[in-house]
Amino acid sequence: MADQPVILQIKQVVKSFGNVHAVNGVNLNIHEGEFFALLGPSGCGKTTLLRMLAGFEFPSEGSIKIDGKETRDIPPNQRPVNMVFQSYAVFPHMTVFDNVAYGLKVAKTPRAEVRERVQDALALVKLDGYDLRKPDQLSGGQRQRVALARALVKRPRVLLLDEPLSALDAKLREAMQLELVKLQKAVGITFVIVTHDQDEALSMADRIAVMENGVVRQVAPPGELYESPNCRFVADFIGRMNLFSGITEGHEDEGLLNVKTEHLGKLTIPHFEKLSGELHLAVRPEKLRISSETLPSSHFSFPGEVDAVVYHGSESHVYLKTDAGPQLCATLTNLSRSSVRPKKGERLWIGWAPEDTLVLSE
Amino acid sequence: MSVRSNNPIGPLDYTRRTWMRLVLLGTFIFLYAPIVTLVAFSFNDSRRNIVWRGFTFKYYEKAWNNSSLMEAFANSLTIAFLSTLISVVLGTMTAILLWRFRFPGKAGYEGAMSLPIVIPEICMGVAMLAFFSRIGWPSGLPWPFNLGAITIAHISFSFPFVTVVVRARLASFNRELEEAAKDLGAGEWQAFKDILIPHMRPGLIAGALLAFTLSLDDFVITFFTSGPDTITFPIKIYSMIRFSVTPEVNAASAVLIAITLAMTTFALWFQSRSGGQAGGTAHG
Amino acid sequence: MDYWRKSPKVFWSFGIPPTIWLFAFFLAPLFLVWGLSFGEKQGIIEVAITGTLENYSRAVQPLYLQIFLKSFWYAGLTTFFCLVISFPVSLAITFAPERWKPILLLLVILPFWTNLLIRTYALIAVLRTNGYLNDLLELIWLSADSGLRILGLGDWNLFGERFNRLELLYNNFAVVYGLVYVHLPFMVLPLYAALDRMDRSYIEASLDLGAGQWRTFRSVIVPLALPGIISGVIITFIPALGSYLTPDLLGGTDSQMIANVIERQFKSANDWPFGAALSFLLMYLTFFALAVKALLTRHNEKGLT
Repeated sequence: MADQPVILQIKQVVKSFGNVHAVNGVNLNIHEGEFFALLGPSGCGKTTLLRMLAGFEFPSEGSIKIDGKETRDIPPNQRPVNMVFQSYAVFPHMTVFDNVAYGLKVAKTPRAEVRERVQDALALVKLDGYDLRKPDQLSGGQRQRVALARALVKRPRVLLLDEPLSALDAKLREAMQLELVKLQKAVGITFVIVTHDQDEALSMADRIAVMENGVVRQVAPPGELYESPNCRFVADFIGRMNLFSGITEGHEDEGLLNVKTEHLGKLTIPHFEKLSGELHLAVRPEKLRISSETLPSSHFSFPGEVDAVVYHGSESHVYLKTDAGPQLCATLTNLSRSSVRPKKGERLWIGWAPEDTLVLSE
Repeated sequence: MSVRSNNPIGPLDYTRRTWMRLVLLGTFIFLYAPIVTLVAFSFNDSRRNIVWRGFTFKYYEKAWNNSSLMEAFANSLTIAFLSTLISVVLGTMTAILLWRFRFPGKAGYEGAMSLPIVIPEICMGVAMLAFFSRIGWPSGLPWPFNLGAITIAHISFSFPFVTVVVRARLASFNRELEEAAKDLGAGEWQAFKDILIPHMRPGLIAGALLAFTLSLDDFVITFFTSGPDTITFPIKIYSMIRFSVTPEVNAASAVLIAITLAMTTFALWFQSRSGGQAGGTAHG
Repeated sequence: MDYWRKSPKVFWSFGIPPTIWLFAFFLAPLFLVWGLSFGEKQGIIEVAITGTLENYSRAVQPLYLQIFLKSFWYAGLTTFFCLVISFPVSLAITFAPERWKPILLLLVILPFWTNLLIRTYALIAVLRTNGYLNDLLELIWLSADSGLRILGLGDWNLFGERFNRLELLYNNFAVVYGLVYVHLPFMVLPLYAALDRMDRSYIEASLDLGAGQWRTFRSVIVPLALPGIISGVIITFIPALGSYLTPDLLGGTDSQMIANVIERQFKSANDWPFGAALSFLLMYLTFFALAVKALLTRHNEKGLT
């Protein structure tokens, strides 16, 4: 995707409401044909950013270029972008057909073309034959498809989706995730989706921007975001994480970093970047291994006692209190029906491979 | 200037558009200019002139010394007080009846109860006139019994309004509270007194203020039920206006406006105060 | 909700007093007037209820039909102006910052709590020939004129020989102006309620799909606010139609509305049966308007939601 031309250029964008900076200096380049996600907790400014792309809010500072054109004073009805709303906003007083045709009629498209394009759009979202239904005769999922068809029929340069799946139940949501990705590849339109659900972002997007307090913390493809977060916030927000603080004690050769941790003693971790001062170490729970004996010498290994085991069906989370102090969480996949899980109070060894340690300087 | 450029007007910021603000401003001028002018000129030391000749209370003094005006004022307050008292009782009974029970013909009953709210005042006025003359309502009774006919008419159009207000309040009542009280041994009356009345209190106060204002304000219906010795304040003002516009009438009107303002302020203050305590009052 | 038999003692003790009151002091008087409308005058105050339809046939004669039509026309004009003013006002309140909303709403409702008679009197004081508005205009005229004099243009009388006071009162304009002044809150409140309830993303979706503000207003805001518009129109129209005080105090000799004619039958003309027939016709019109409202809003609720 990165070789494609940039379609959305967001430069130093700030949006303030009174004294509050909802968006505080965001820079992003989104490429043609990309499925891009804005991810973050509620109140992080992702929705405000999306609404600025749509033209419902205008930035206080900075510039947003769509297709190389500055959008500062362009009202939403003159932008080549369309939006799928969180509430879908399917007009309740119009039929499905009229909803989808609305944007085309407003643009004074010839009647025959309207009919054809609406039928195509409805077919695309698998709603053929629903033309004459009123929105109150549709399910939530169907209403969302109408919203999708209504936006896509305009053939926008960019499709904006504001938490599109949040109102659907879990099963339907997963099915729609798959379908949205397929649809996006089929129509080739750039999608920008806003979500607070990391699973949704990880499973659908080509690239994700993680936002916090109006600032973008990291922009990366899903795999990189998960395995190499660049800060504590991203590490903690995406997936689960065991975190400890420590102080650097200088570098050894060959890119090895010595860190003195608060409780777990001195750890030597492969790391090439030169660092000094305080930092954080992080390990994903699924990277932890537990064993009744001490782990191989290539691993860090700490003795401890099982504090709790929480069963989640496909996997179990084992909370283990190390003798040194910190509590660690490990995920065990329940590979067979007869998998033996640790018991509360059991004494075990826990550890991980040094190269699975993440070093976070922020 | 910097603030404005920092927060550009979005497409849905209708209230921030200049023409919208002008409409809003124009509407408020339209609504308030006459009242404000009226009050302002009640303090102007000049019989009739737009030119300000200095501040004075003399028209208030004159109004105060106008014994027929003061008598009318006393009548109005007496009627409003009596009418409010009975309207609140009757209105609350109806509200509880409609809120708590299903019974045959309920829709028709509700319709009949809302009739006094919807029918034109003039129709109700002439009905009261015809009624009291037909049954031969005695005239010339000593004060305050001579106000009986007017008070009865006022109650008839006020109590359905109280019903509406109290019933809206009751809608937010959690029946389980009453059931809990009964579960803990309270009888019907005890539960009513300890649980339901405290919950209704904001509605009762709002209903009472509404009934009081309706009674104090009413002209048309009173016009048909009052006699020569039962003049209310609006009737008195009406007969004064027919002759001329005087600063004295301005002063009397300003007093009535002040009373209304004070009552509205009290209602709002009470509402905002009880809003946070609505759940808590049920404990008391 | 309980069935009444569940606690009949409570049911009767709460039900009987207000029901008796309603029957004795409201329904009975109405019924009496209804009876009178089928009666004939015999002597000065005596009325015999003979079942005649004479009073009703008199009411639909051109003279009175014209008054009904005029009342409709005034009430309709009032409703129209209220709607035109209220729409931007309600829209502005709906989209005002959250902390401003209650204040703006209060400012709209407050005059409504002020005595109707006093508000009408205030209009008289401002608008009459010797009223404050004319005084103000004269003051402006005088200063403009003396300004011209200073410039040496005094002899040209550019603004006329002298200030002519405007006749703003005691005509049809004054009646409609007064009715709009009195009934504006009736329209703003339901409109505001409808607009405030409306999901803003409908407006945004329309803009997003390429419709301009005006198109959005026509195709999305108005249809979605229709239930509010209908109830606003009806609850403005009904009291405007039955207005007594405004045409009585602000109108001229030809601005009489139905209510004024009814009043005259019961007071100076002393023809109670005819007045009773007129007042029942007015009441039927009111019920008809309410039925239309119920029908339209039900129809709309079916179509929407």
